Amino acid sequence: MLQKRIIVCLDVKDGRTTKGVKFQNNIDIGDPVSMAELYYKQGVDELVFYDITASSEKREIMIDVVRDVAKKIFIPFSVGGGIGSVEDMKKVIMAGAEKVSVNSLAVKNPSIIAEGARYFGSQCIVVGMDVKKDSTKESGYGIVINGGRTPVDLDALEWALQVQDLGAGEIVLNSIDADGTKNGYELKLTRMISGSVKIPVVASGGAGKPEHLTDVFREGLADAALIASMVHIDGYTVEGIKKVLAEEKIPVRL
Amino acid sequence: MKIGVIDYEAGNLTSVETALRYLQADYIISGKPEDFKHCSKIIFPGVGEASSAMNTLKIRKLDTFLRESFKEGLPILGICLGCQIVLDGSEENDTSCLGIVSGKAVRFDDSLNLKIPHMGWNQVKIEREHFLFEGIKTNSSFYFVHSYYPLLSDNSDTVGSTDYGIRFSSVFSYKNISAVQFHPEKSGEVGLRLLENFINYR
Repeated sequence: MLQKRIIVCLDVKDGRTTKGVKFQNNIDIGDPVSMAELYYKQGVDELVFYDITASSEKREIMIDVVRDVAKKIFIPFSVGGGIGSVEDMKKVIMAGAEKVSVNSLAVKNPSIIAEGARYFGSQCIVVGMDVKKDSTKESGYGIVINGGRTPVDLDALEWALQVQDLGAGEIVLNSIDADGTKNGYELKLTRMISGSVKIPVVASGGAGKPEHLTDVFREGLADAALIASMVHIDGYTVEGIKKVLAEEKIPVRL
Repeated sequence: MKIGVIDYEAGNLTSVETALRYLQADYIISGKPEDFKHCSKIIFPGVGEASSAMNTLKIRKLDTFLRESFKEGLPILGICLGCQIVLDGSEENDTSCLGIVSGKAVRFDDSLNLKIPHMGWNQVKIEREHFLFEGIKTNSSFYFVHSYYPLLSDNSDTVGSTDYGIRFSSVFSYKNISAVQFHPEKSGEVGLRLLENFINYR
């Protein structure tokens, strides 16, 4: 039986892992390569590196990080942030990443999804969606871009179906409302999107304790769950979280 | 014991290469049959679409090379798309494949109501003893990404099976060829062990 994945997300700035709430007050929390190794040993199923480096001159640092990570961990990982073209995708994939993730860029230029899928295959193309409650939208949720600051005229459910048609292989569904609250994932949203598309959906935003993952797998129908501060800061281990899930009869890789 | 890794532009070989280097294997990656003259084993990886993969194989004369290597008895390991291409054919764009192992790649049926691709970690049940599984427990998890799966004509070629709506052959072996539907190079320590078992096989 296919197992539910736990994915650890590392925000990387100028080659260092940082953690901030809602893209502010970033603090240095360590070297991304050694953190990746640590989570690999704890049994993480996948990793996401999100490049939040502001200046384009420092982009090459991220490629070095990707190359170093690929030499040390033998599980899939994706890279997002700062991807502006198929050429950028190629750089991170050739450096050893399994997948690339596009978010705001995909909203501004949806054809990048189809181009990427044609070039590398759908399995390589992940679309990150930042979603916020919006009563003016039919599904009740709308898309926001630029780290959750700018709303755009897109219904979240419509967008999810559209990225699937364009050839995305996976969706990372991030609830801006839940992000940073540690009160749990947005279950209603996750259930709606995951239940409507045929591609895997990764739930993101709001995880504070292992029970939140149980809920998002069971109630939210998520295929995978993204965590960050739980393991970076709050002292949980991937191993410990998986143990709780296994006790709840959620299929996980132990 | 040099290993030839076949490059036919089907996906990215970086992760296969990284794993082989980590395991200190003696290997060469190439798209030219003549470069494999001194190889005693073949790894046939690949990700992507079946018909364009077959086209590139033909253009590079790698189809003939693979069939001949099989006849000569060289140990061959097919990975992911490689595992489907060794069959007679694939439902993906109705492609005629290498015909080394009898069977075809078929799509997960829509009526199973599954997420496609089958993406993530899934367990492999060992159906019979095989050198690839040395030191690996039954029901160990491996990383899969695929929309088509191998349907063998002779089920006794199945070495390992996986359940995704239906139970399919995720590892099979026929004479000197073995093939895995998952990505051992992306399956953590257990995947590295499987690759090591192939590298060390004599």
